[in-house]
Parts: sequence; C-alpha cells; structure tokens
Amino acid sequence: MSMKEPKTTISVQELIAEKSNRGLLALIEKIMPKLLFLIAAVSVLTTIGILFTLIVETGIFFSRVPIIEFITGREWYPFANSTPTYGILPLVVGTLKITGIAILVAVPIGIATAIYLSEYASRRVRKIIKPILEVLAGVPTIVYGFFALTFVTPILRSMFPEISIFNAISPGIVVGIMITPMIASLSEDAMNSVPNSMRDGAYALGSTKLEVALKIVLPAAISGIVASTVLAISRAIGETMIVAVAAGSTPRFDADLTGSIQTMTAYIVQVATGDAGYGTTIYYSIYAVGFTLFLFTLVMNMLAQYISKRFREEY
Amino acid sequence: MNYINHEQVAAKTKSRLIKNNILKGLFLAATMFGLIVLAILLFRIVTQGSEYLSFDFFTRFASRIPENSGIKSAFLGSIYLMLVVAPVSMFLGVGTAIYLEEYAKKNKMTDFIRINISNLAGVPSVVFGLLGLTIFVRYFGLGISILAAGLTMSLLILPVIIVASQEAIRAVPGELREASFAMGATKWQTILRVVLPTAIPGVLTGSILALSRAIGETAPLVVIGIPTILMFTPNSLLSTFTALPMQIFDWTKRPQVAFHDVAAAGIIVLMTLLIIMNSIAVFIRNKYQKRF
Repeated sequence: MSMKEPKTTISVQELIAEKSNRGLLALIEKIMPKLLFLIAAVSVLTTIGILFTLIVETGIFFSRVPIIEFITGREWYPFANSTPTYGILPLVVGTLKITGIAILVAVPIGIATAIYLSEYASRRVRKIIKPILEVLAGVPTIVYGFFALTFVTPILRSMFPEISIFNAISPGIVVGIMITPMIASLSEDAMNSVPNSMRDGAYALGSTKLEVALKIVLPAAISGIVASTVLAISRAIGETMIVAVAAGSTPRFDADLTGSIQTMTAYIVQVATGDAGYGTTIYYSIYAVGFTLFLFTLVMNMLAQYISKRFREEY
Repeated sequence: MNYINHEQVAAKTKSRLIKNNILKGLFLAATMFGLIVLAILLFRIVTQGSEYLSFDFFTRFASRIPENSGIKSAFLGSIYLMLVVAPVSMFLGVGTAIYLEEYAKKNKMTDFIRINISNLAGVPSVVFGLLGLTIFVRYFGLGISILAAGLTMSLLILPVIIVASQEAIRAVPGELREASFAMGATKWQTILRVVLPTAIPGVLTGSILALSRAIGETAPLVVIGIPTILMFTPNSLLSTFTALPMQIFDWTKRPQVAFHDVAAAGIIVLMTLLIIMNSIAVFIRNKYQKRF
C-alpha cells in the first residue's frame, strides 16, 4: 500500500471488548428470530382465544338449553319470566333482512362505481374520488347508525307512513352505503388488473367503451368482483352499531321489513348494555349467538378466499 | 356492388353510442351517490351539533340535561385508550411483520400464520368484544378497565397493522440489505438500521389509519361493558373509563331529541379527531415515503 500507515495502534483490550461484543451480537442474532416468532404467535393465540372463549361459554349455554331448540327454534324470548325460549332463527332472519337490503344497495352502486373509475374516469378524476371513497369507508359505524336513525328513517317515514321508527329498511340501506366503498374499491382493483391488450383488441374491432366494460373487463374480473361481494356480505352480517341503533330489538321470524327487528349482533349489544348478571343463561346466550355469527362470517371469508384463488384468471 | 350498407351501420353505431352514453351517465351517478351521501352526512351532523359545541363541552361531564352535557370523561378516555392501543398494537404488528418478511421460512407453520391473520381480519368486532370480556376482563382479572379495552382493541386492529407493515417492509429493495451485509452487518443490525428506518413511513401511515379505526370502534367497548355516564376522569390503566363512541351511542339511544343534537356534537369531535389522524397519515406518506 502506498498510503500512510493507519494511525491507530491495535490494543488488546479493544480487541477483547470487540470480541465479547461479537458474542453479544451473536446472541442477539440467535434470540431475535425466536422472539419475533413469539410475537407472531400472538395472532394465532388470538384466534385460539376467540375459539376457546366461544366454545367453552357456548358449551355451558348448551348444557342448559338443548342445541336442537337453539338451531331450529322459531321463538327467541330470552327475557320471558316463566318460560324463556332460545331459538336463534328469528335473529338469523333479522340478520339476513339487513344483509339482503344492504347487498341490493351496495352491489349495483359499488360495481357501477368500479366500472366508472376503472373504465371511464380520467386519472385526475380517479385521484380525487378514490380518497373520498376511503373517507366514506372510514366513517365509524356508530356515526352511520346515528345517520340511519336521525336522517334516513324520518325520510322513509315521511314517504311510507306505515314504517315504524325502528325497522329493517333504514339500517339495511345504511349498511349498504357502508359496504359500498369496499365493493367499489376491491372490484376496481380486479378490473385494473385486466390487461390493456384485451381492451385494445376489443376497441380495434369497433367496440364502444360500454361493450368493452361489460363484455371484456367484467367477465375477466368476475372472480375479484364476486369475492369482493362475498366479503361485503360478511361485513354486513357482522355489522353491529348501525343495527343496534336503528333496527330495534324485536326478534321476529317473518318477512316484514317495516317493523322493529333484531339481528344477532344487536342482541349481543342489548344484553351487554342491559343488566343480565354474570352466570345467567342470558349471559351465556350471547356467546352462543356470537359463535353462530362467527361461523357465518368465517364461512363467507373462506368462500371469498376460495373464489378469488380458484377462479382467478392469470394474464 | 356495395358490401357495406353504410346507413345500417350508422344507425347501429348510433344506438350503441347512445347506450354507451346513457350507461356512462348511470355509472357516474352511482359514483356521485357515495360522495353526495358523505356530503349530506357531514352537513347534517355539523348543523345539528354545532349548537352544543363549545369550549365548555370539553370540560363538562355527561349529564341528564342536554344543555349541561359534556364529553370530558369520554374524550380523555379515548385518548388514554389510544395510549394503550398504539404501542401494544404497533409492537405486535411490526414484530410479526418483521418475522414474516425477514425470518419466516417457507413452511406449513408460516402459511398457517398468514392464513390465520387474513381470517382474523374478517372476524366481526363484536366477537373481539366477547374475547375481551372473557379473557381480559374476567380471566386476567383486569376488570372493565382501560387496559382490558386497550388490549382488546389492539388485537382487533392487529391484522391491519401487520399487513401494512409487511407491505412497507417488502417495498425495501434487496440491494439495501445486500449492501448492509457486504459492510459486515449482521441480519438483525441490517433490519434495525437499514430495513426499519426505510420502512418506517409506510409502517406509520398504516398504523395511524388502523388507530383511527380503533378510536371510532364501538361494538367491543359495548360488549366489554364500559359505562356511559362517568363523573370522573380515569387515573390509572386499571381504572374504569368511557370513550367517545360509547358516549355518542348512549346519547343516540335516548328518546329526547335534544340528546341527538348533543350526540351530533360528539360526532363532530370524533370525526375531527379522525380527520386529523388521517391527515397526519397522508402527510407522512407524501413527505417521507421513498420510492425505489
């Protein structure tokens, strides 16, 4: 080397310090992956905790109420003094009413929004609208509940006087508004991943934008669109505060939408805000209802994953 | 001989173009629907709630009289709740993301953890409330406390933070890691001094957005059973408390219409908090996020 000798002299102490430092480093290298694995295990423990909670407490519930009555019973009167009945079907029907209305609102609007953003809108318009949709998706559900009760319900009642203050239609519509951004944004992602060469081919044959959107892009992106709808259904089933505020607390096994109903989630809220003591059958019933709710959403989520994996077209 | 009947083609093309324009209008209308709903919602809430919104609204406790109602305990409760949720959920979320992106081997265990996280993200928040009530409130004996609610909320938003952190870590180019290794750095040194500093804007943006979800979340708090009318402010992690969305829920449920206006005032405060948090997230994303 033509450069000057390095100024520093080698000190034995420093070398020893460095070596022991190395030992510490090596120890950290060994420990960190294990520590991080333990942290990652928390998410698995959470799932185990949820399953454990639901299964154990639901088990206690079923030691008091026959499981057949719970699954097939058409009457849900847990607060009855003499003979309380625990048939979950009225709560399931209530949940399905809300979910059905929400899907009727959200699927057309959500997919139409996705088509507009992905096929028609300029980049500038998209840049403005997408963040606003994100805001709409971020509005807390209690705020939507307030909106349903104090704005949508009065409007509906002024148009159709037979609708009561608590009904299935108003919260159903508002749950639909809540899940619309989710369908729009996931469907748009699916449409965006359709390659432009397919669009260009159709344009070259003289197609209009509409024909390209409906006959080329929509079929190519259908797995993503269906998956987004299934996920949205799962969200609507699990939605709690909107229905707790605006749908009422009358479990009913019928098809009426204008009167007060009760969903699975709203029942859990009703018991939690009431004064049912720890250890009563009513207390354990919220776990049985929660377990049912959990199974519904789990099936929907797995279905969405299956659809987007199984039917995805790779380009 | 004329193979193309131009009149026929023109007529067909015209009807197809008209159809295109009509549908385009419908698609645009659907897109505007969401924006209009948001505008109406915000307008309604501001006009309803502004009457009750004042400085005193922040310094008063809840009351049976609408005019005397305030959000002191609820506002502080929400802030304290975030002071638990932010460190816990970020520690767990970022740690999990580092493990999955940097250390995890491609095996069944890793696949299981990944699938588990995506399924956890789909569990309704009310079910997380049941988890919190049973595990944290009862088994751990934390009672109806800030800590119990904070841990529940942390687990609720954990999947969101994990996914956001994973994306941020994945966006750090491999060249940076290789350069660090070439300088003699160990793996953990590389993660701590190269990967994390580069990924931190993305991690923070995702985490703040997740926290803004937690601050508006009501259902788990309801299930845990936190009270709504509280005449004191919490003084420790184990003291009972109330939170903004809980207070808004209570006011909304009341039959007196005046309380609906008080609820609207509470919603204005909650939404302002959300907008501030979202703005910070967007600011961090635009200012510090590097693109490679």
